[in-house]
Amino acid sequence: MELDSLYQEVILEHYKRPQNKGLLPNQTVQVHHVNTSCGDEITLNLKLTNGVISEISWDGVGCSISQASTSVVSELLKGKSSDAALSVIETFQAMLQSKGSDRGDESILEDGVAFAGVAKFPARVKCALLGWMATKDAISQSLALTGNNAKKEQK
Amino acid sequence: MNYFDVSAVQADFPILGRQIRGNNRLVYLDSGATSQKPNSVLDAERDFYTQHNAAAHRGAHQLAEEATELFESARERVAAFIGSKVDEVVFTKSATESINLVAYSFGNAEQGSRFHIEAGDRIVVSEMEHHANLIPWQELARRTGAELVWLSVSDDGRLDLTNAESIINSKTKVVALTHQSNVLGTINPVNEISKFARRVGAFFVLDACQSVPHYAVNVKELDVDFIAFSGHKMLGPTGVGVLWGRQELLDEMPPFLTGGSMIETVTMQSATYLPAPKRFEAGVPNMAQAVGLGAAIDYLNRIGLEKIHQHEVQLTKACLERLSQIPQLKIVGPSDMELRGGVVSFTLDGVHPHDLGQALDQYGIAVRTGHHCAWPLMKRFKVVATTRASFYLYNDLADVDALVSGVERARDYFLGR
Ligand SMILES: Cc1ncc(COP(=O)(O)O)c(C=O)c1O
Repeated sequence: MELDSLYQEVILEHYKRPQNKGLLPNQTVQVHHVNTSCGDEITLNLKLTNGVISEISWDGVGCSISQASTSVVSELLKGKSSDAALSVIETFQAMLQSKGSDRGDESILEDGVAFAGVAKFPARVKCALLGWMATKDAISQSLALTGNNAKKEQK
Repeated sequence: MNYFDVSAVQADFPILGRQIRGNNRLVYLDSGATSQKPNSVLDAERDFYTQHNAAAHRGAHQLAEEATELFESARERVAAFIGSKVDEVVFTKSATESINLVAYSFGNAEQGSRFHIEAGDRIVVSEMEHHANLIPWQELARRTGAELVWLSVSDDGRLDLTNAESIINSKTKVVALTHQSNVLGTINPVNEISKFARRVGAFFVLDACQSVPHYAVNVKELDVDFIAFSGHKMLGPTGVGVLWGRQELLDEMPPFLTGGSMIETVTMQSATYLPAPKRFEAGVPNMAQAVGLGAAIDYLNRIGLEKIHQHEVQLTKACLERLSQIPQLKIVGPSDMELRGGVVSFTLDGVHPHDLGQALDQYGIAVRTGHHCAWPLMKRFKVVATTRASFYLYNDLADVDALVSGVERARDYFLGR
């Protein structure tokens, strides 16, 4: 049944036991993202150490898709360089915007491929992207910030 | 009990014959967002385009005459429907535009005009407003420096009127309130609240989006100055809304949108404006849509609003009773039928409304999930979102059954695994 293609077991697992939920201190940046169509909100702390994401923690309220997807992204991108992380995010985004034709590359997206089915439900694509877009935003902001700091130090 | 032949009504709405997500019968419980359209409305629009299309109020040819005649006869129908004078009915594109019209017109009024608003004045709204009756006033307050104040909502989903007298104080220029909450179903005691506005000489704007389609609203019995509603929520087409205003006010108010059809005389430097309603209908109007709205009103009148209301009360009562028996479910809004319309919002412990709505959709049941364009109200009830079922004349008890068993099935799907 189609409902199961949307609500994969992996998604419900992450929903029930979300990873990295609960904000950790000492972040490089904190971002707050909102799904304007349904009111779901997340706050995400990201710590960038020498160009590598050393920590992602988050908190928020939302549907199973947005919560599970934030859990997945926080787990998947921890330990990756900012460049590698941004490229994974791009792969995930492409899968979700493919209307279902792109089933996702498991070697890159790992648990993230469970969200391939979401692409067939246009109203839910934003839910699945909420945590990923927040992470992307946090990475760009961190880079801008650490870039500026590096420049300052050079002076 | 049947107040009218519901299955005959259903047969008039072709979309109700659709199958959803496979071969599920469509159970449409989202009329609060927009209603479905009967054949007679679709036919009226089509007939306008195939037989009479021309720009109303312009040109002297036969089609222009017919288009004008049809457009104006739609206005007469609206006027009769709400008990007003014909010239008090302004066609807009939606309730949203109607409310903005009033807010911008007041904002355009110069010092000395009774509509002028400035720093030190007060605009009063409520915590249960749809964004359409909140943001235009926020913006007016921001532009003029006036203060925006609101009546709060109590736990049972009613307006808290205990301090209404101090909130609607002598500085108050406008009170803007919804007739019926699109989330809670609460019907507000309009005349009780307008007394406070009258005492201090404030204008009273009523958002009648959720009332006019469902029960008789007569502007002679309501002690208000303006009402706004949308055609698409009352069996009519999208793209047509109504602003009703007291004639002496409309005739004096500055225009909102300006351009063709609303002028009396024009020179290169200035213009004078026609009286209402023309003053507020710049440009070629939404003629086919207005004609469709006229046909929708004919349809509603044929069934009778009193019967429609009783029918909806019956469905809502059954829905409230049955849903309250689901242990994980909480109704957001009044739990009894006292001053309450056919809208039922609820939350289900452990299941987010978006997930619930998705599952219901899979069974063919269309409900609304989210913040319902009433974000502050969600915050007030400390919920992110709710699931909302809303009823209309084409719904029946089988739809209530489908909803209740759909909710139970969805609950087991998400919580049972
Ligand atoms: C109470 C209320 N006010 C205003 C509106 C806005 O109506 P429209 O979007 O047709 O302008 C709605 C519609 O959702 C409503 O329910």
